Parts: sequence; structure tokens; C-alpha cells
Amino acid sequence: MNRSSSDNQHHWRKLKSAFASGLAFTSALLVISPLALVFFYLLISGATSLNWAFFTHLPAPVGEKGGGMANAIVGTLELLGLASMVGIPVGILGGVYLAEYGSARINWGLRFVADVLNGVPSITWGVVVYGLVVLRFKSFSAYAGGLALGLMMIPLIMRTTEEVLLLVPNGYREASLALGISRWRTIVNIVMKTASKGIVTGILLALARIAGETAPLLFTAFGNHFWNRNLTEPIAALPLQIFSYAISPYDDWHRQAWAGALVLVVGIFIINLLVRVLTRERTARLI
Amino acid sequence: MSSFEPNAHIGTMSSPTSPAESSPSPAEPAFKVNNLSIWYGEKQAIKNVSIEIPAKAITAIIGPSGCGKSTFLRCLNRMHELVPRTRLEGDIHFYGENLYGPAVDPAVVRRRVGMVFQKSNPFPTMSIEENVLVGLRLNGVRDRRFLNERLEQSLRRSALWEEVKHDLKKPGMSISGGQQQRLCIARALAVEPEVLLMDEPCSALDPIATAKIEELIRELRDKYTIVIVTHNMQQASRVSDKTAFFYVGELIEFGDTTQLFNRPAERQTEDYITGRFG
Repeated sequence: MNRSSSDNQHHWRKLKSAFASGLAFTSALLVISPLALVFFYLLISGATSLNWAFFTHLPAPVGEKGGGMANAIVGTLELLGLASMVGIPVGILGGVYLAEYGSARINWGLRFVADVLNGVPSITWGVVVYGLVVLRFKSFSAYAGGLALGLMMIPLIMRTTEEVLLLVPNGYREASLALGISRWRTIVNIVMKTASKGIVTGILLALARIAGETAPLLFTAFGNHFWNRNLTEPIAALPLQIFSYAISPYDDWHRQAWAGALVLVVGIFIINLLVRVLTRERTARLI
Repeated sequence: MSSFEPNAHIGTMSSPTSPAESSPSPAEPAFKVNNLSIWYGEKQAIKNVSIEIPAKAITAIIGPSGCGKSTFLRCLNRMHELVPRTRLEGDIHFYGENLYGPAVDPAVVRRRVGMVFQKSNPFPTMSIEENVLVGLRLNGVRDRRFLNERLEQSLRRSALWEEVKHDLKKPGMSISGGQQQRLCIARALAVEPEVLLMDEPCSALDPIATAKIEELIRELRDKYTIVIVTHNMQQASRVSDKTAFFYVGELIEFGDTTQLFNRPAERQTEDYITGRFG
């Protein structure tokens, strides 16, 4: 009697356990499946339009077949470069301030502001830069687009830099200062050098995050069907080009939009792979 | 050599003093500490300590945990200032100069008064060679010949040269714990300090590595003033010339090591060294 009831309980427990792990497994599948679906769908729809011309030619005029997105690919790289010039130095120095200087109260405020900025919808950045730069100079420009993306990078890089600097054990700071090395040199040559992989990781993640942004570029970089010869003029970008091709009525442009999306996703995928390699080595070496 | 001047005066007021004055006579104590009190926030860590630490000798500081011995050691090269909200009263003179004078740059103090820590901490991104030379390089020394000479000299003085001379380009973290601690000593010696402060340098090491470091400390005695904080009373009695016993922030007794361990003048000292508390 006793025996069989405990057997029953045992079965019931096993059943519950199986149900729970089954649920967890299904959820895990659901996490992976969107990425798999996106990749699969992009491959089917975009791969056929991917050819040499896509990477080397300008967009074809309406009605003509062929053409490519060379200007948009180069434009995106230029915009990322411009954004880096704003976002990397300000973000890193801000992170250094948070981790190495700054009183507890100021830091609390700074972290709060950075976290709010991280959550600001990206189109807001576009509007702000439109008001500050585009209206003033009366022209859409690559500079304006780069600035909007760069402003988005600042809080991202600031927080990751702060976090990796705080991971550097205090013993290294003390050892350096005890050698009569100045505070600033200690920070640059000892602390930041020790955390350099983490800082680079933060930069790459920020780049991956902004590379596909469309909204901040809509009324700053604006887009362009030709090569940009001057950074004070509108410039093409992959996400913008994808957007304008996708909403067009032409099938050929739709196919090219798919190809553009595929190139963008593969690019971001590669950046993330790079991050993985870097972080794996870091955890193996630090601490 | 450019901007690096190992024996530079600690203050910017150095111009009127002649070289003869700055080169110490052996009888003159390295540090004269007067009525020193230190607070961390509200908590007083050091209470009215006065002591004269002899030059070219080994002074051990013993006492139970939390007695302020590490704090005392750190105020000798102004490292305690790294903790926020510290306050100091009284004064410390280093060969007649006020360590806490308004014109004194802590970085210059630390070049003359080096430090070795409890946990060996070679910089993880640097090779053995880079670790030894980092203090010189980041203070602007570029002369390759000078650096090479200093590299070998420092590693020889820290008794590490024979073990690593073929592996100078290997990471500083790749050698054993005891070797790492000697590497840290070499790194501290490379900037040619006059004083070496050691904060429990052997407490993370095995007995064999400890014996090596102790032997090294005795060898360094001729050239450097050494102040060593230790939990280990046998170590204090083995290596030091003078011993100071601290208890809850106060200096209870200071004297010749043999005398302090054999005929302590204070009851508290006797209780501590005989193991009745601590």
C-alpha cells in the first residue's frame, strides 16, 4: 500500500519534470528560430540578386534592370567611420571618468542619464540632429548622419568601457602608482591596456548596433543614388537604400532590397562573431 | 635618461638644498614620524604614533589583524591616500623633508619609497622584461642601453636573473607565484628607490618560496631601508633588525628585534608574541 503510493508519486514527479524541461526546450527553440527564419528567408529572397554588380555598381535608373548598391555599402562604412569619430573618444573617456574618477553621486547621475539615453528611440536622435545641424546648414549631409549615429554610440560605449575597467583588479592600479607612475599614465598604460579587449568589444557591439539603424538617417544622411563626393552632401546608406527600394513598386528593386538586407545582416553577424572570439580570449586571460 | 631623475628631491622646493644634505648619513633615520593619526572617514586607524625608522636596516611591523600596521606602512609613501575620505594629522619627515608638505608630489615620493604587495601582481599584459622596466619607461626613460643594464641589475638583485634570463619575453604571469613576487620586487627596485615597503610579501607563498624571499630581503639590507609588515612572528624575528608592535592603532612597543622577542617591555607585547591573543 505504502509502497505503491510512493511509486505513484514518483511517476507523477517524473511526469512534471519532463513537462517542465519540455517547456524550457520549446522556449529555447523559439529563441533560436527567429534568427534561423530571418537568415533562411533572406538567403532565399536575397541571394539570387547578389552578384558582382551589386557590390560594384551604382543603382540603375528606374525601368532599367541591374545596377547595385556600391554607393550604399561604401556610404554605410563612411557613416560608421564618422560616427566612430564622435562615439569612440567621447564614449571611452566618459567610461574612464565613470570608472576611475567621479564621486559616487555624480556617477549615479551619469549612469542614470546614459541608461536613459540608451533607451531613447533612435528616430529622436535623427530629429535632434536635423534641428541642430541640418536646419542650420540648410543641407542633409554625411556629417549629420554620422553625428546622429555617433551620439547613439556614446552611452553604449561609455557603459561597456566602465564595466570592463571596473573588472581590472585594484592591485594593478596600486602597483603602478607605487612605482611613481602618474594617475593618468596608470589609467592609460596599465588599466586600459589590461582591459583593451573588453573596450574593443564594446566598440564593436556599438557598431553592430548602429550599423542597421535607419531612423536616425532618414532626415540627416537622407540617402543618395550616386557616389557621395563631399561629406557636406547627402550620402547613401544600406538601411536607407533597403527602405526606399522596399517601398518602391518595382520587383527588381524589391529583390535588391532583400540582397541589401542580407549583406547588412551578414556584416553584423561577422562583427558579433569577432566579439565572440575576443571575449573568449579575454576571459581565458584576465583573472 | 631625460626627465627621469631617480634621486630627485621629493619637493619642488628642492633647489636650495645641496647634494651633501640630501645624501643621508647612516646614523640619520630614514623616517621620523611625529604624533601621527589617520582616519578613514569616522574610523581612526592610527592613534598618535611617533617612531623613528632607521636607514639601511630592516624594520618589521607586527600586530594582530586590523591593528593599523598596513595603514601605517602605506602612509610612508602616501599610498593610503588612494582610499577616499582619509585624514591625517601629525607629520612624517623623510630624511628631513616633510612627506606631506604642500609642494610634494606623491608620485615623486613613491619613486623614492617603493612598495611590494601581499598578492604578487605582475601586469598581465606585459612580459617579464616589460614588467621590470615599466616604472622607468612610463616615467620617460628611452635609452635602450640604460634600460638593459637596469633590467639585469634589478633581476639580479631580486635573485631572479638566473631563473628567467632566457625567458625575458615570456608573460610576467607565466612564472610561479614565488617568482612572480620576486618579479614584483625587481619591478620596484628598477626605479632605484631608497626604501622598500613590503606588505606581507610572503603570506600567499609556500614555505620554500617564503624562504627565498626572506633570504633576498636580508641581502637587500645593505642597500635599502626596508619596512616589512608581517603576520608571521617567526618571520619578523628571522629577518628584521628592529620590530614595532602595533595594537588597535597604537604603537605599543618598538625596539631591537632580539630584545622585543626575548624581553618585551610591555605586557601586551608579551601576550601577543607568546600567542595569548591575536
